[in-house]
Amino acid sequence: MGSGTSPGAVPGARRGRPSAVARGPLTPYLFILPAFLVYGAFALYPLGRAAQFSLFEWKGFGASTFVGLSNYVDLAADADFRAAIGNALVLIVFYAVVPLVVGLVLAAILRRGQVRGMGFFRSVIFLPQVIALVVVAVAWRQIYSPSGLLNELLGMVGLGALTHGWLGDPGTALAAVGFIGTWVEMGLVMLLMLSGMSRIPAELFEAARLDGAGAVREFFAITLPAVRGEITVALVLTIIAALKTFDLVYLTTSGGPGNSTTVPSYEVYFRAFDLREVGSASAVAIVLTALIFVINVGVTRIGERES
Amino acid sequence: MLRRNFLGATVALGGLGALAACAPGSDTGGGAETAPAADEVETDIASLGDLTLVVWDQEVRGAQNDAIEALIGSFQEKFPNVTIDRNAQSFDDLQQQTGLALSGNDVPDVLQVNNARGDMGTFVADGLLTDLTGYAETYGWADRFSPSVLSKMRYSSDGVTFGEGSLYGLAQTGEVCGIFYSQAKLDQLGLTPPATWEELFSLVDAAAEAGERPIMLGNLDQWPALHVFGPLQANFVDAQTIITLGMGNAGADWTSEDNLAALTQFGEWGASGALGESPNGLAYDDAWPMFTEGEGVLLIGGNWLGPDMEAVMGEDLHFMAPPPGADGKVATTGGTGIPFSIPAAAKNAAAAAAYIDFITSDDAMAMIAENGGMPVNRTAELAPESGVNKDIYEAFDAVTTEGTLLPYLDYATPSFAETAGATLQELIGGQTDAAGAAAALQEDYSAFTEGS
Repeated sequence: MGSGTSPGAVPGARRGRPSAVARGPLTPYLFILPAFLVYGAFALYPLGRAAQFSLFEWKGFGASTFVGLSNYVDLAADADFRAAIGNALVLIVFYAVVPLVVGLVLAAILRRGQVRGMGFFRSVIFLPQVIALVVVAVAWRQIYSPSGLLNELLGMVGLGALTHGWLGDPGTALAAVGFIGTWVEMGLVMLLMLSGMSRIPAELFEAARLDGAGAVREFFAITLPAVRGEITVALVLTIIAALKTFDLVYLTTSGGPGNSTTVPSYEVYFRAFDLREVGSASAVAIVLTALIFVINVGVTRIGERES
Repeated sequence: MLRRNFLGATVALGGLGALAACAPGSDTGGGAETAPAADEVETDIASLGDLTLVVWDQEVRGAQNDAIEALIGSFQEKFPNVTIDRNAQSFDDLQQQTGLALSGNDVPDVLQVNNARGDMGTFVADGLLTDLTGYAETYGWADRFSPSVLSKMRYSSDGVTFGEGSLYGLAQTGEVCGIFYSQAKLDQLGLTPPATWEELFSLVDAAAEAGERPIMLGNLDQWPALHVFGPLQANFVDAQTIITLGMGNAGADWTSEDNLAALTQFGEWGASGALGESPNGLAYDDAWPMFTEGEGVLLIGGNWLGPDMEAVMGEDLHFMAPPPGADGKVATTGGTGIPFSIPAAAKNAAAAAAYIDFITSDDAMAMIAENGGMPVNRTAELAPESGVNKDIYEAFDAVTTEGTLLPYLDYATPSFAETAGATLQELIGGQTDAAGAAAALQEDYSAFTEGS
């Protein structure tokens, strides 16, 4: 991404000489202006206001008090907030890392084997992306329930000792929520990988096979390097999804048991609407935005450097 | 380079915009006017001329909606010059808009405001609600409502003391937590409904020995445990102390011996499996249907579950108030429906007060009962002849007239719902003990009471 042709490479001469106005230094900005106005009104302005709110103590109505950076200072000392950030980082493993590995393998298998009804498999794996997360959460809450499907299956295969309320045990709750994320993101990652792999010329694989490469060698020597761009995109998308998770946590555990599954987005909601601490909620939101930004810049940088 | 400059300019512009914008909120209060004294209250609504009364409520569920629609119809018949413009939305939606609605320029005349500290308490402190004392005297609300019910809507004018002071709202319906049981199940186990807490504890043991789940609890959502712990606490702690704790007023202590005893008992219930194998993993809305299917011996919870469970269990379902508590009198968690308040900036305060008077009148109580709700007054006389609602009405009446209706513990501080929810989950899950739980609850409570 972003490494395409630069504007200077467009052979403008063939289309006739541009007028003096068109060549003016401000012209490009004029073209961007309409989009920028919309972007500014609906993204930058609210972001700026949130940043501003984070410097105040405000209930969401009535008078506000300017408190400088003290909302941020409070956050640094807030164990609940640190736990929320820690949980979000754990969720990255479930939302991004696991789906990437599984998605890569699945895509490689689907590409290589001439599977009958491939479209069907693709649709099934992609399905979780299509279902509203509210529905996903309600369904999985049933599955994880003490008398739910998961425990029934465990009982049937003789693993009855493992059955318990998965979302009610601090040891398993975060992983249980995370696994829902894995299930949701897997389809997206697989589809991205498949589209990347479909661009690889078949001759490359033929050549590799003639040289005696097996499936594993083929995967590491040809497939993986070819889909590096897609991997970066997949990681960016899934890491953002992991860090801003709100609905799954809100609907499955409300941050419990205890505080073991609370995440920053949930903290934003809780502080703004339950505690009526809009300043503190805004500070959490700004920190979260910065965190997402930094992590994704990092991922993109690494992706670009390696390609 | 160009791209860099553009990005830089964008950021700079955004930053400038933020700095230039004015501070959030406004410094002007809600335009709080002094509330009228009893002799200044205008009760001749017909003389006010044609007016539109804007009412925001959250009575959207079946029975509640039917009752309020019927009441609005009769009110407009009585006062043809008043047109009611009703805006009904869910509790959550209304709760989150209340702050904005009260502080805006175009406020409703009547608004349902949650009586918790984080809501009504905050609005009172900011002068956004009308003190109803004058109206209450004129219309005789103190005769109509029991003191224990009215106290749930009283705050000091600075919002610091909850339960005493001026009246800021009036509720139509009642809520009470008690014990649901299946008569057939008790008969089958050779047990009888407990008359004392000792009997209840031995019933729990007997049910466990019989291989049953003694108490059905689905606590995945964190708050349901409060409806079990509240009644249990009344066995160990005197009602006045619980009220002080529950209303977030200074002067009590969660780490006291009696509170520790209550928390210890609750933790033991969790550890011994009296609440089931994994109460924290079971959702509230999955638990009560399981109870209707014969799982569990007792279900301790709010009366609102009655009608839905009765639809499955019929006459077999019974409800009782918990046995008498530490004071020798029955005391249990409960409260009122969401109170109707008048915003300080309401344009038609007189008509608004008449409306609130009308929908909480004795006739209105009958209409609420007819539509299947639980009226906050005249509960015993309006009780149906049979069914679980008969038990519920009688229990509510007994608690409000002879005993004490304890506040929901999460009224206490703006963050107490979260603190208590998480703490009780950890207590019954074994991640903390009674002392640890008491310390966590005390920390939230004392931080709030000292700060206020």
